[in-house]
Amino acid sequence: MEETPIWASESFWKKTAIWVTAGSFLILVVLTMDTLTKTSAGSKRVPAYAVINKKVDYQYDKALHKSMPIIGENEFLFGKEYTEEEARQLVDLGKKTTQAKNCMNCHTLLGNGAYFAPDLTKAWLDKGWISKDMREDMMVKFLMDPENNARTYGSNRKMPNLKITEQEAKGIIAFLKWMSSIDTNGFPYNFKTIEAED
Amino acid sequence: MNTSRLNGVMQNAAALGEKSRACLNDFKSWVQLDSTNLSDGQQLAVKYFTVAVILFFAQILFGLLAATQFIYPSFLYEILDFNVNRMIHINAMIVWMLYGFIGCVYWFLEDESGTEIVGLKLGNIAFWVLTGAVTVVVLVYLLVQIGPGKDSSLWFINEGREYIEAPRWADIGIVVVMLIFFYNVVATFSKGKWSGIAGVLTLDLVALAGLYVAGMFYMTNITHEQYWWWWVIHLWVEATWEVLVGVIMAWSLMKLLGVRRKIIQTWLYIEVALMFGSGILGLGHHYFWIGTPEYWLTIGGFFSALEPIPLVAMVVHAVYDSGTHAFKNGNHPALAWIIAQAFGNFFGAGVWGFMHTLPQINLYTHGTQWSASHGHLAFFGAYATINIAFFYLAIQHWRGDVWMGGGSQNAWRWKWALGLLNGGVLGMTIALLIAGYEQSFIERAVEGSTWGGYFTAQNHPSFQSAMVWRLFFGTITFAGFILLVWDLLTIGKGETRKAPEIIES
Repeated sequence: MEETPIWASESFWKKTAIWVTAGSFLILVVLTMDTLTKTSAGSKRVPAYAVINKKVDYQYDKALHKSMPIIGENEFLFGKEYTEEEARQLVDLGKKTTQAKNCMNCHTLLGNGAYFAPDLTKAWLDKGWISKDMREDMMVKFLMDPENNARTYGSNRKMPNLKITEQEAKGIIAFLKWMSSIDTNGFPYNFKTIEAED
Repeated sequence: MNTSRLNGVMQNAAALGEKSRACLNDFKSWVQLDSTNLSDGQQLAVKYFTVAVILFFAQILFGLLAATQFIYPSFLYEILDFNVNRMIHINAMIVWMLYGFIGCVYWFLEDESGTEIVGLKLGNIAFWVLTGAVTVVVLVYLLVQIGPGKDSSLWFINEGREYIEAPRWADIGIVVVMLIFFYNVVATFSKGKWSGIAGVLTLDLVALAGLYVAGMFYMTNITHEQYWWWWVIHLWVEATWEVLVGVIMAWSLMKLLGVRRKIIQTWLYIEVALMFGSGILGLGHHYFWIGTPEYWLTIGGFFSALEPIPLVAMVVHAVYDSGTHAFKNGNHPALAWIIAQAFGNFFGAGVWGFMHTLPQINLYTHGTQWSASHGHLAFFGAYATINIAFFYLAIQHWRGDVWMGGGSQNAWRWKWALGLLNGGVLGMTIALLIAGYEQSFIERAVEGSTWGGYFTAQNHPSFQSAMVWRLFFGTITFAGFILLVWDLLTIGKGETRKAPEIIES
């Protein structure tokens, strides 16, 4: 009987498994620390919460071959300028509400979730809100009473009434506006915002 | 309340208890299973298997409700909305598979360690605690559904994070139960003997339990939140679960075909190296579009493209081992499901995953039915199949190691169950893939993912008919499930021939 070559032996693969696993995990930990720093609120990729005081747009960058968020001049939400802490609180209320209302099991956020209702990543910028003047008001009304302000686009799919309060609705809108300002590496592609001219 | 009414209620309750006890006894005398065939650990294992099958039923049932709502959106509107059905559909899946895995480990723990389970009583208590908690969580999902935007909702109703919706109190309970399970595994191997399988299992369980903790925190920053959320979801289903299945598969192939331990363990180490080597950094394919830096496009694309390699290796492994043993074994349904696992895992997780994992295509497929297509075939192919294979191994032993061959009188049941379940899931997968293609083209590429574009794609005839086919194949799957349960309860009943002793070769 010939001897088992080293590459077919149990002990060789045992050691390989341990080294490969440990090595990969170590790299992941290093990348995680780097990523968390580069994506904290207030970083270049993930703006501070007070970005809700600004005009947000998402435009195709010809040099980069992808769409990028554009942060513009002041454009207050609900006619009010928020400090960073107030903005954080409002976005936090909105984010928590989206979790408590289980939005993610119909919608996608940053493309993750369920596929029964539209993606919310750039919902703040969607042309569906018709014009910028009407947008905030339409969004509040829709969130508080989706049945009577239904936006079904001929699909008969209606959002149920989730008993969202006015304050929660404002929080959700602040959260959506903030989320639309995140640099998502060009996802979604080819998205024409409410700001774009036809 | 006056006493006579109270007495009446008490009598009714007593009568109801009596009746259900009688039903249970009737059922027991019908199935004719002899529990003296089982060791203590195996008796605990079959409890886990029983709950797993019940939750498997719930998964399919709520899947059918959700699938119906795609066709008739007003079906159960504001009673059981899509988000509730879909949440229970995917949660029941995760939990039944975990129950199955825990059951498998308890099943072979004594055999593999050569000693009795150290904390059997604790294991039993943990089972009842977990099952009680799961029941409460599901009832709250069904009856309360949603709460106000406060921390208390996340603590007591649901966390609203896909796959790990369980409220925080239940998270803590799950961690405690997993620690008890982990203690039982480690303490039993320490008391008996360690093996390569035992070592891989222990390290894998450390990772599995540890990762769950990464998903237990609320964060305002959605990029950070989804970053850690994927640590749990991806590193569970594309790394630690795969290795756990490798362990269960390794033990099963030794028992079923008599494959030599040395060969099995070498394969297991190769698979761990390939699985973790590709899967850990393959996590990056979830970090393309959530706000995380661009280097993830390269890292995630490259390593996740390698993820099918261990799955190819597993197919080779399973088919090669079966072939060298000329498919000689005493449990044909179990072997058939193991072969289904090898191919299902390769196609569902490997091929279907690879098809949309590179960022250049994922930009268009991300967040479409493409993911649902992959999810259906991958979870079924990789995890449902191995659990079902193990159910057959367990029921055979419970029956007293009787012959379970393809030529037996009632073998048509497991063959049809096998065909219907695999055919049903494959049909749903293809239907969802067509819907995914259509969405990628129309909603993403042409319309640029606006709400208008989303609904243009949803209203398209090819999408709509795909949803009808999905529901059709869902009912096929359901039929397969019913047949499977019937078969599991009756297979080997009245069989007197013993299964041949499989000797290691």
